[in-house]
Amino acid sequence: MTQNKLINLCNITKSYGDTLVLDDLNLYIRENEFLTLLGPSGCGKTTTLRIIGGFENPDRGNVIFEGKDITKLPPNERQLNTVFQKYALFNHMTIAENIAFGLKIKKKSKAYIQDKIKYALKLVNLDGYENRMPNSLSGGQQQRIAIARAIVNEPKVLLLDEPLGALDLKLRQDMQYELIRLKNELGITFIYVTHDQEEALTMSDTIVVMNQGYIQQIGTPEDIYNEPQNAFVADFIGESNIIAATMVEDRLVNILGTNFPCVDTGFGRNKPVDVVIRPEDIDLVEPEEDIITGVVTSLIFKGVHYEMEVLANGHEWLVHSTDLSPVGSKVGIKVDPFDIQIMNKPESEDEQATEIVE
Amino acid sequence: MQLKNILNHQVHKPSKQSHFNPRMKKMKWLTFPYIIWMIGFIILPLIMIVYYGLTTKTGGFTFENILLINDPINRKALILALQLSLISTIICLLLAYPLAMILSNAKMSSNNFIVLIIILPMWMNFLLRTIAWQNILERTGILNRILDFLHLPTLNIINTPAAIILGMVYNFLPFMVLPIYNVLIKIDKDVINAARDLGANSTLTFLKIILPLSIPGVISGITMVFVPSLTTFVISTILGGSKIVLIGNVIEQQFRLGNWHTGSGLSLVLMIFILFSMAVISKYDKESEGNLW
Repeated sequence: MTQNKLINLCNITKSYGDTLVLDDLNLYIRENEFLTLLGPSGCGKTTTLRIIGGFENPDRGNVIFEGKDITKLPPNERQLNTVFQKYALFNHMTIAENIAFGLKIKKKSKAYIQDKIKYALKLVNLDGYENRMPNSLSGGQQQRIAIARAIVNEPKVLLLDEPLGALDLKLRQDMQYELIRLKNELGITFIYVTHDQEEALTMSDTIVVMNQGYIQQIGTPEDIYNEPQNAFVADFIGESNIIAATMVEDRLVNILGTNFPCVDTGFGRNKPVDVVIRPEDIDLVEPEEDIITGVVTSLIFKGVHYEMEVLANGHEWLVHSTDLSPVGSKVGIKVDPFDIQIMNKPESEDEQATEIVE
Repeated sequence: MQLKNILNHQVHKPSKQSHFNPRMKKMKWLTFPYIIWMIGFIILPLIMIVYYGLTTKTGGFTFENILLINDPINRKALILALQLSLISTIICLLLAYPLAMILSNAKMSSNNFIVLIIILPMWMNFLLRTIAWQNILERTGILNRILDFLHLPTLNIINTPAAIILGMVYNFLPFMVLPIYNVLIKIDKDVINAARDLGANSTLTFLKIILPLSIPGVISGITMVFVPSLTTFVISTILGGSKIVLIGNVIEQQFRLGNWHTGSGLSLVLMIFILFSMAVISKYDKESEGNLW
């Protein structure tokens, strides 16, 4: 991946009335990157996208695109295109007219436009739909037309605002693969907004986790999943056990009265921390001494695995395992040292905002 | 079927899933009062007009009542009515469209207030408002007294076609504003954003997206202004004096004179004109959907 910063957001602040939506946001997007803004509703991810697209003006801060300040530029003068949440197709035009809209404004030749329509429809697997009206298409098809309409303009960046939100699960998964394929074929930068963590993990090169107008963590999907930097990220990305604990010393953490070896260092002695343990990283073993033991309180079959809750040392541990432990059985809880993720407790007020609000 | 289309524009398109379930079937008797109403006050009178329009006083079949439209006085009244209602419809459209645009873009709280102001006059009696205009426009009326006081030349509008057009525009403007406003607020803001995103400036966005999408509202507005303007006799009587005779006045007079056959015949002609103009409008509507570029 090239390291060129294509878009740079500097100190973006935006509020609606008294509500602060974005507070001093800084973010850069590299060329050819699939970057996802991920967060719960109201976290500011869509506002960020709309500021990049030019549909909103930030109260403060600058949007830099290829080194030029485009903060004040209207959307029609920006070299990027958007795929809207509810497709926003022009219902009074045919599919071909929809796709040709941007090209006709740019006064491209008829032959060029025809070629582009054909090419774009092929790309989204909808050849032959030129003369249909948008209303006669299914949601998934309309979404693909919206993508086709955007990419024929050969934008440097494609902005996607929860484009798969209205589709059913199966279609959504298919579209995820199509989007990855499209991105690889077109070689353009994607900025994708979603509240669906699975979608974000599947497609992104980089994930930006946001909450209440602040960026919580930026990283690769693996980073975000395996090493969440705070309780919010850990909780939002996948299921997890988040437990208040004490860092006894380097490589040793005390969780609910029992010492666990871990791999983290540098937190200091007897420092209160939060630990994150993913449910699939917990092994249920025969009860032994020196480890936490508890009783299985619930058991649900989830298809790929069983989901169990184990009450041990006053905490409900969420456990995913392909091995079944019946309700009522006594089990020991074992976690490998590298599966324990240690996080600092929030200190400042800004960080307080990152507390889980859901 | 074009008439059906026009009606669909006025009443918002019925939802596709309005199929009756078994429970709804039991409730069917609820529709009886409406059916009786429609038969008694819509269908029966229509049949009567058609019957009177096509018969002589002795009951024989004739086209004479309808052909009376060829009488120079009647024809002149029809042509004048068509002209005046066309002009007032165009004026209403030109005034209403920008207003509806402003309203649809305004913030929620203020636009409710403005919509209220537009509707407010409709709460007062239509006749009273027209008579008020008569008082304003009279030779020694309020307007001329103000102009006189300011040492400006007085106007002589009362009993001219201009006064009638003014009355029509004043009375029917809300019927143009509201349907256009209704379609404009229903246009998804992201559809407009999408046009801008694809490179259209605000003029192009208006011409290619907003205007075509608002055509259904424009058409119901036109119908709701043009039809009452064409058939009115109150506005022309009050603001036009006895000099200006519209087709509505002619028909009214015929009924007053007890001449039901002639009145009905001329009414039928008027209805045909209305149906014809609505068909033309709705045909234009369909064509505009196809050939935007």
